[in-house]
Amino acid sequence: MDVGLFSQYVMNGLMLGMMYALVAVGFTLFFGVLDVINFSHGDVLMVGSFTGLATYLGLDALGVVWPVFQLTAVLAAATLAMALLGAAIARYLVLPLKSAPALNTLLITLMLGTVLREGIRLFYPEGANPKPFPALLPTDATALGNFNLRTDNLIMLLAGLVVIVGVHLLINRTKLGLAIRAVAQDEETAKTMGINFNLVVLVTFAIGSALAAFAGIMNGLYYNETNFGIGLLLGVIGFSSAIIGGLGNIYGAIIGGFLFAALQTVGAVALPFASAYKDVFAFGVVILIMAWRPTGLISEKVSERV
Amino acid sequence: MTTTRKAQLVVFAAALALGMASAVAEAKEKVKVGFIGPLSGGTSSNGLGGRNSADLAVTLRNADPNAKYEYELTVLDDECKPDKGVQAATKMAADKDVIAAATHYCSAVAIATVDVYNRFGLPVVVWGAVLPDITYGNDYKEVHRVNGTMINQNETAAKFMTGLGYKTWAVIHDTTDYGKGHNKYFSQFVTENGGKILGTFGVTADQQDFTAELTKIKSLKPEVLYFGGLTPIGVRIRAQMEKLGLEAQFEGTSGIVSDTFIEGAAGLAEGVVAFREGAPTEKLPGGMYFTEQYGKKGYSEPAEAYGAFAFAAMNLILDTIEAQGPNRKKVRAALNGVQGHDSIVGEISFDDHGQNTVALITKYVIQDGKWTLWEDSEYASGKRKLKGQ
Repeated sequence: MDVGLFSQYVMNGLMLGMMYALVAVGFTLFFGVLDVINFSHGDVLMVGSFTGLATYLGLDALGVVWPVFQLTAVLAAATLAMALLGAAIARYLVLPLKSAPALNTLLITLMLGTVLREGIRLFYPEGANPKPFPALLPTDATALGNFNLRTDNLIMLLAGLVVIVGVHLLINRTKLGLAIRAVAQDEETAKTMGINFNLVVLVTFAIGSALAAFAGIMNGLYYNETNFGIGLLLGVIGFSSAIIGGLGNIYGAIIGGFLFAALQTVGAVALPFASAYKDVFAFGVVILIMAWRPTGLISEKVSERV
Repeated sequence: MTTTRKAQLVVFAAALALGMASAVAEAKEKVKVGFIGPLSGGTSSNGLGGRNSADLAVTLRNADPNAKYEYELTVLDDECKPDKGVQAATKMAADKDVIAAATHYCSAVAIATVDVYNRFGLPVVVWGAVLPDITYGNDYKEVHRVNGTMINQNETAAKFMTGLGYKTWAVIHDTTDYGKGHNKYFSQFVTENGGKILGTFGVTADQQDFTAELTKIKSLKPEVLYFGGLTPIGVRIRAQMEKLGLEAQFEGTSGIVSDTFIEGAAGLAEGVVAFREGAPTEKLPGGMYFTEQYGKKGYSEPAEAYGAFAFAAMNLILDTIEAQGPNRKKVRAALNGVQGHDSIVGEISFDDHGQNTVALITKYVIQDGKWTLWEDSEYASGKRKLKGQ
């Protein structure tokens, strides 16, 4: 395999990995603060993608054609709307069930995911059809042998990196982050220390869901298409990534996301049998990793979680 | 005029209208016929075009004073998904008032539903699905098909492309029966004609990311990328080929012959070739008549590539019911004996598997955002060139 081809595979894998990591971070944040699994997360991503698309179409109808402004507006609308949706999910579905068995939260969010998916399918104009997503980033490409380096992919990767670093700084360097970590470690103690528990939960859900919206826009820009079903597989993959990384650990989720993308790429490229089995291969390895390290690659220190 | 009087008038008018409607109904016995196709999802444009065409056949028949019955069209959506298709087929077949139906565009759905029609004894005429096994894989007397199969289509495709001088192919196909069938027949015929398949990639029918497969294909350097599947992933593959800088000629099957493919792929659609059984609508014996009537009705969606077949399938059903009366068993027997039946897609003759014997395959190339007959295109005259030519 020559260098150009290898770089192309790496680039393909990185793009996928970045999207998976962004979704996985959401799952892990939710689990961190409340020990719940929010299975509507993938569909929140999809709704974010459609919100962005609708914003673009609205601006287009108003005659706004400046790509920088369009992109900013699309991103702002999608992330803000999903942050609100995420907070609403926490406030009205997750927090009321806080003392109920975890299974209830899992089921209710699973149902919500279906409602969101079917809602877009039925109520977005011709929502059952795949929708073309506009190319808002520069589309020029440089061919380096077998490697086609595209400016838009590069920008998306960098933007993803900036977002992830931003989340890292937010969690580790701000007072809000301190509160989130405190709640994650011990809810009761955090409360007695004067931390507004409900507010921290709402903000965490808002951040996680905004990340999903960002991933949704990225998904649309990368494939120039979006459809009502994208959240289903991205949700499952994001969840698996969070699990192999160690649920509750942000770095684990990021590693998990990129690891899953790498597994898929290897599955499609290096294995002798048909590429149709690349997902089977990737999920198979996830099962093996879980059997080997049930708490994930980077498990949370138990002492921190008492 | 006071409100009460207004209301009285409305009631009177409604009663009058009802009376008139029932008078018409009394004159002719009502007979239900069915249509099933993908009305939502990525292939819905073909389904809606087919539904409109079947509806047109029913409307025209109801307007005919010589028709013995008044027909009512029951329409169901199969979403191009086998599970939904079986639900729709069961619902349709279980309704004993439905005498016969024109069914399915998607092969994966059509093959899944044949057992249902056989079990319930509902005679059907397939109007768009091309998998050979739908008619040839069983001995069901209920299943018929007016359009051709993918065997003839791929034979012509292989001969034509090797004739243009192409030597190497990479194949992407979806792993449903439809895509697997295309892969099987195309690979067979292209090898027989001296072509070489460098790599074959099976993908799921709703896959989003093809970059890994396409990057591998890029390293194989094929002259042509053959895609055996339907429009939605066809659009994705075409777009992602461009993103990876894969410069191969894109060759599709009848599964991408739809205006949706051109809309979805936009500028990248130019120069894509595909093949479809049967003549193009405008060159069909009754094509002009069909296009004119379709235009008159003012449907909001175009008839698409298989509209004429849906029209012909429904007309064949209506003709048979007119002759045999609204009885499933009699209609089934009569359909099995159809020979040289005149229709807008040419004469329909069913062989012992209920398969119409149409040998004609049309070659298409997309030129300036339109599916153009190869023979009429600037690519054939040499003015424009396919990739690698």
